[in-house]
This record gives sequence, structure tokens and C-alpha cells, in this order.
Amino acid sequence: MAIETENLTKDYPFGFLNLKTKRSLEGLSMQVETGEIFGFLGPNGAGKSTTIKLLVGLIFPTSGGAHILGKPISDIEMHQNIGYLPEQPYFYDYLTAAELLDYFARIHNLTAADRRDRIARMLKKVGLETAGKIQLRKYSKGMLQRVGLAQAILHDPQVVILDEPMSGLDPIGRREVRDIILELKREGRTVMFSTHVLSDAEMLCDRVGVIVGGKLRGVGAPDEIVEMKAQGMEILFEYTGSGASAIALLSKATRAGNRYRLQVAEEELYGALEQLRSAEAKILSVTQLKPTLEEYFMHLVDGSRAQAAAVEVSGK
Amino acid sequence: MRCAGVVALNTFREAVRDRVLYNLVFFALLMMAAAILVGQISIGIEEIVIVSLGLSAISVIGLLIAIFIGVGLVYKEMDKRTLYALLAKPVRRWEFLLGKFGGLVLTLAVNTAAMSAGLFLVIWYVKHTLAREDSAVLVAVYFILLKLALVVALAMLFSCFTTPLLSILFTAGLYISGLFVQEMRTFHSLTPKPVLEAITRWLSYLLPNFQNFDVMGSAVHGRAIPAALILENTIYTVVYCAIVLLTAAAVFSRRNLK
Repeated sequence: MAIETENLTKDYPFGFLNLKTKRSLEGLSMQVETGEIFGFLGPNGAGKSTTIKLLVGLIFPTSGGAHILGKPISDIEMHQNIGYLPEQPYFYDYLTAAELLDYFARIHNLTAADRRDRIARMLKKVGLETAGKIQLRKYSKGMLQRVGLAQAILHDPQVVILDEPMSGLDPIGRREVRDIILELKREGRTVMFSTHVLSDAEMLCDRVGVIVGGKLRGVGAPDEIVEMKAQGMEILFEYTGSGASAIALLSKATRAGNRYRLQVAEEELYGALEQLRSAEAKILSVTQLKPTLEEYFMHLVDGSRAQAAAVEVSGK
Repeated sequence: MRCAGVVALNTFREAVRDRVLYNLVFFALLMMAAAILVGQISIGIEEIVIVSLGLSAISVIGLLIAIFIGVGLVYKEMDKRTLYALLAKPVRRWEFLLGKFGGLVLTLAVNTAAMSAGLFLVIWYVKHTLAREDSAVLVAVYFILLKLALVVALAMLFSCFTTPLLSILFTAGLYISGLFVQEMRTFHSLTPKPVLEAITRWLSYLLPNFQNFDVMGSAVHGRAIPAALILENTIYTVVYCAIVLLTAAAVFSRRNLK
């Protein structure tokens, strides 16, 4: 087991003299298997970052505990084998990317030759090989995210924990981060990352955990935790003519230029295709519509809000 | 401990890149102006004026750096979240604190050494020679550095749990109080109230005694400073800094970095 939490709970004090507490995470018990990519999903304020900060030792649990690679999170030796990318990372802006990586490599007690070699490799891996000698104060948000990723994997950790790794990246950057995560998995490393971009989780994760309101609501493979039954079919086609037989269907379709997107029931698919063919429409694709992780996620979020509202009403 | 060294060197690099050492230019200009003017306005006491002015400038500039950078040592890292990635690595929190403290003390040591070199250069320019008695100036500089280390430790302690503004007030307050420790010990002769006398006596032992480091009088007149005082002040600084740093570590090791 790479990561294991047991009843992990975190309360934050607030108010005058910190006498009141707000529960940010409640009784989190979950496991992340060795070598898997685990996605930690949840809306803003759900407890994702709190969980990650507890795991890497930035905050301390109110109760419960966790182990990474069999060692308790309070054990400093555990940190040799983990890599961590903070959410919206910010680093010493007076350093260049190469100097920052050298600083962290020294913390990991790497030799001078090893440091040089790894820094060059990491900068190349995150697409910053030409920007390694520029001070970080001149970096964009996306570039800082890449540096953050480089420092997280610089020392070849067995477990990599990434807090919103795609945040602030352009589509190319997101693609590169996805490739890096997949490469880490191929190398046998465990990756846990938090996100609220569900398509990223669906694309990358072996398993996901959904957390809402500080409580874990579901864990499993993305295709396991959502209903697999098809909800209909979507036809994408191009149509430039004015065939009368196609007019009825066109009124149901959504249009973008000459392209139309039409949703039909599964049993109506062949009839619709026949009509489009006879109207000389060009069929571009036919896709099965399944409930997405996003719908599952929204269902949980809505359920949680309804529950909270009910508690509030009964409280009043 | 190795990690503390890495953090210290980075803290020193930060100070250098943030142009902290630019104050040396100001000091150099001040000493040059003093060297030119002193011969014209103070016949026979050139060295006294130069040494007084030089030591005061070294002390004031050092104090400004120690307080204003010291109060941001930990707070700035928490505020900007630059220590998140660092503390997820195998660095103990006390090592981080020790590194930050060591880095600023190293900066001050380099700064003070450069200013001292400038001061000796001006003394040599005025007297055309350096005598054995001038070694008292060196001891005075060493005492200033000890004092600055103590101020850094206090500023960093406050930096662990409060804002820079409050930290400046607390550190400056403690520094000023620490200049009147001897007066507190003789306070009983002024008050008939035993409770007040006991409080001031206890406070005088609790507060950092900055009066111990003031040997300006001996330095300007070239009087030798006893070796016992040098040893006593060194031990006092090491022990007091250790206590303050242990307190800071106890506070910081429980701190949640939200």
C-alpha cells in the first residue's frame, strides 16, 4: 500500500481566541495502491488540499493518522520518498529555476554530478530547458507550475502527490503534465493528484476518490463508480443543402456553422442516420452518451448540499 | 543539521540578491566623509571621533538589518508559501529555523566584517599606523555581532507567530528594555515596595542584557577589554540564543501551514 489514511480528521480553530472550530476533514479512511494513479476529486473547499497537506506534514491531524509507504506521516524519513507539488506553487523569486532545483537537490543530499544531471533532465522534461537560467520572478504562472512539478520529481520519489497539477496551464502544458504523470506510472511510481477538472481524472486515473464537504463520498475506478448504461446517441454531421426530409431532424439539432450535433435515443439511431444520408448530410461521428464522472460528481455535490440544507433547516 | 546549512546559504544568497549589502556603500560614504572632515574639526581627538562614529554606524546599520529582515525570516516564507515545497522534503522544522537564523547571522557577519575593514582603513588613514590598542575596536565589533545574533533570534521567534509589524515592535521593545537591565537591578533602592522590586529583579535576569555588549568607552580610548568579559559574553549569547531558538522551534513545530 502506498498511502493509507485511517479516520483522518482535521478541525481548524477560528473566531475570537480561536475558541470555535470548523471541521475541514472528517474521518477520511482510504487507500492508494502502489503503482496506481489516484485522482482526488472534489469542489473547492471540499478538503482535498487539507488531506494533501496532512499527508506531507504541513498541517497536523486533529485525530486519526496516515501512513505513506508503511511509515507514519510524522516520520521525517518518509519525506525522502515523496514528491509534492503545492497548489499554485510559489518559489524564491530571486533564484533561477536551475538554482531552485539545485537547492532542493542539496536538501536531498544528492552529489554535485548527480545534481547537474538531474536538473538538466528535469528542466527538459517539463519544457523549461531554455528558461533554466531566468529568475523565477520573470516566470508566468504556468512556468512556475512546471518548475513545481520538476522539484516534486527531482529526487525520484516513489510516491508523488500533486495538488491541482493542471492549474494555470495552457492546453499544451496540460497535455505535457498528463504525459509526465503517465510516465511516472510506467516507471512504477504511485501518483495521487487532486483536481476539479474531471476530464483529467477520467483520462488518467486508475481509481478516483470523491470528497465533498470534508467527507469521502465514493472511491473506485472512474468507469465503475458511474452508471455504464448508455443514455442515448450523439450524431455529429455536416449539412449544407436544404433537403426536406432532413428538416425535422435539423430542428432538434444544435448548430455551429455547417456542423450539427444531434442527440437521439439508441433505438432511433438507424432511422436518423437513414434520414441524414438521404438528405446528403455528411456524417462525421456517432458517439454513445454515457453518464460522465462529472454527472456522478455533481450528483454527489448536490446530494451533499441538500443534506447540509436539511440539517440547517432542522437546526433552525 | 546538513539541511540547516543548505537553508542558511540560501538565506544568505537571498540577502545578497535583495541588495541588503548595498548599505555598505552608505557606510563607506559616511566613513570617507568623516575621515576628510575629522582632521578639520577635532584637533587631537580624530581617532576617538572616527571610532565612535564607525562603531555606532556598524551597530545601527546591523540592528536595522537584524530587525527588519529578522521579522520576515519565517513570516515571509509562510505568507508567500515558499516553504511548502521545502517542508515536504526531509527537513525538520527546527533545521529550517536554524538555517534561517544562521543565514541572517552569516549575512550580518559579512556585512560587519566589511564595515570593520572600512573602519580600520579610516583609522589607518587618520593615524598613518595601527597600534595594539586598536584591537579593542575589534572586540567591540565582535560584541556588536553577538548583540545582533541575539536580536535576530528574538526577531525570528516573533516571526513564527505574529505579523512583521508586531514583531518589529516586540523586538525593538525588548532591545530597548535590554539596554536598562542594570538599572532594573538597582531599582530596589528607588522603591520601598518589595513586590515591584522582585518583579524588576526577575525581569532584569529574564530580559536579554544588551548593556553587557557596550564597550564603546574602552574601544575609543584603546583600553584593553578583559578576556573574561569576551568569554562571558560569548557564552551568554550562545545560551540565550539557544533558549530563544528552542522556544521558536517549539512554537513553529506545532504551527499549521494553512
